[in-house]
Amino acid sequence: MTFAMLRRGIVYVLLSLAAFVSVFPFYWMVVGATNTSAEIIKGKTSLGSALITNATAFFTQVDALRIFWNSGVIAVVATALTLLVSSLAGYGFEMFRSRLREKLFGFLLLLLSIPFAAMMVPLFVMFSQAKLVNTFTAVILPTIASIFIIFYFRQATKAFPRELRDAAKIDGLKEWQIFLYVYLPVMRSTYAAATIIVFMANWNNYLWPLVVLQTAENKTITLILSGLTAAYTPDYGLILFGTVLATLPTLIIFFLLQRRFVEGMLGAVK
Amino acid sequence: MTGWAFIAPALILLGLFMIYPIVWSLWMSFQVGKGMNLSFGGFANILRLTKDAVFIRALGNTFTFFIFQVPIMIVLALLFAVALNDATLKFRGFFRTAIFLPCATSLIAYSTVFKSMFAIDGVVNQTLMELHLITAPISWLGDPFWAKVLIIMAITWRWTGYNMIFYLAAMQNIDRSIYEAARIDGVPAWARFRYLTIPMLKPVILFTTVISTIGTLQLFDEVYNFSAGSGGPSDSTLTLSLYIYNLTFKFMPSFGYSATVSWVIVVLVGILSFLQFLVARDRRTS
Repeated sequence: MTFAMLRRGIVYVLLSLAAFVSVFPFYWMVVGATNTSAEIIKGKTSLGSALITNATAFFTQVDALRIFWNSGVIAVVATALTLLVSSLAGYGFEMFRSRLREKLFGFLLLLLSIPFAAMMVPLFVMFSQAKLVNTFTAVILPTIASIFIIFYFRQATKAFPRELRDAAKIDGLKEWQIFLYVYLPVMRSTYAAATIIVFMANWNNYLWPLVVLQTAENKTITLILSGLTAAYTPDYGLILFGTVLATLPTLIIFFLLQRRFVEGMLGAVK
Repeated sequence: MTGWAFIAPALILLGLFMIYPIVWSLWMSFQVGKGMNLSFGGFANILRLTKDAVFIRALGNTFTFFIFQVPIMIVLALLFAVALNDATLKFRGFFRTAIFLPCATSLIAYSTVFKSMFAIDGVVNQTLMELHLITAPISWLGDPFWAKVLIIMAITWRWTGYNMIFYLAAMQNIDRSIYEAARIDGVPAWARFRYLTIPMLKPVILFTTVISTIGTLQLFDEVYNFSAGSGGPSDSTLTLSLYIYNLTFKFMPSFGYSATVSWVIVVLVGILSFLQFLVARDRRTS
């Protein structure tokens, strides 16, 4: 009994340590936003009085409204299009199986292993020939058809009750109506989980926007933060203030949809 | 026909923005020249790889990150998942959320936060000195060895919870009665983990290992941000992706050669994924 209790105790200590390490940088980020850069790199862990100074510095150096608008438009449009196109494909691959489409699906999974770096140069040349460099279109277009999300939706569709589809067919619904009125509402947990994954990926996307967005007024918050950090003597107070602002949207989505997310990963169907 | 209609939009987009660029980049990797003035060079680029000290450095660094980071993270994620799968554990929801929370940050945001925490007089060095674990502050950003360690710790912080959620999800699908039966038969906890949990999680472990391998071999955002784009100190954190970026957009652009370097990543991912599949299959037969 005592051995079991000791083991249980060790588990709690280790989990608490892991939780502390996981959460501390968030605390640090918030506290840092209230301290001066000098205090931050000296390791001050208590709240300071520089919040207003940092905020003022951030809003004078960065056209925040514009930059957050850019990030928001890109993330929302890209997420909506990705969910639509990729869930259609996942549903299509699972519901209408044919030998050719199975082969095609296997081929797509192979492509998943090809890193973005291998496509980056031709993509850049393509978009510059189409005169689309420095546009949101160029940022969004290559992200819409995501093999990972197609795969994810196909896996989740395996749990979709086929009787529902058969019943809808007997009621005279067309295929697209079944998708829209039966599949979509039933799979909302899956959509919620995919929304978190895709929104975060787009909001946080870095390398491709870095390549394709060139003027300051078109940049996203991620690019701006990285630019501020690259300074010879970075002003960490200002930067951590910006980091808090940049992290808030994903944190809010995370907490709003967290339960759905875990359900979606479990392939739960309601 | 309906089947094709559902997948057509995705196929058209993938064809245009993935398959076409991939084929183009494969063709490009055999081209030599500067800017857009390219001509066929045969295996000249591959030959150049073998003589390019910076490339070999980047390859070595990328491999170091992969070898250390992926196993550490997978093992940690598995252990956390096993601990949190215990229904009698208190505060499960809290622990799970806390460990998963780092995923909600952007790669740039967290690497900036880490950079400020690991400053020479920063909070991490101070804490380590107060605990008497070190006697002098560690130059996390300035020392080639510690810069690598910092990158590995940072990536592990960001992705362990993400992998843990995959394992937790898979564990909930395992039939509890199997564990009960094993427990009643007197099978100790470590043996239940080794002979029940691990084999049943094998497909998920394989999946996450392959995904993490791809991610680590493509490592870019963190090293770019930690080193302000240089891959320093003295190229010690230069990764293949960062080198490709530099070859393409920083130095005199040589699209052909940078395409060749990107295909090195493709080949590496292919070989490593294949090896991981082999290991997973071997264990099943033995």
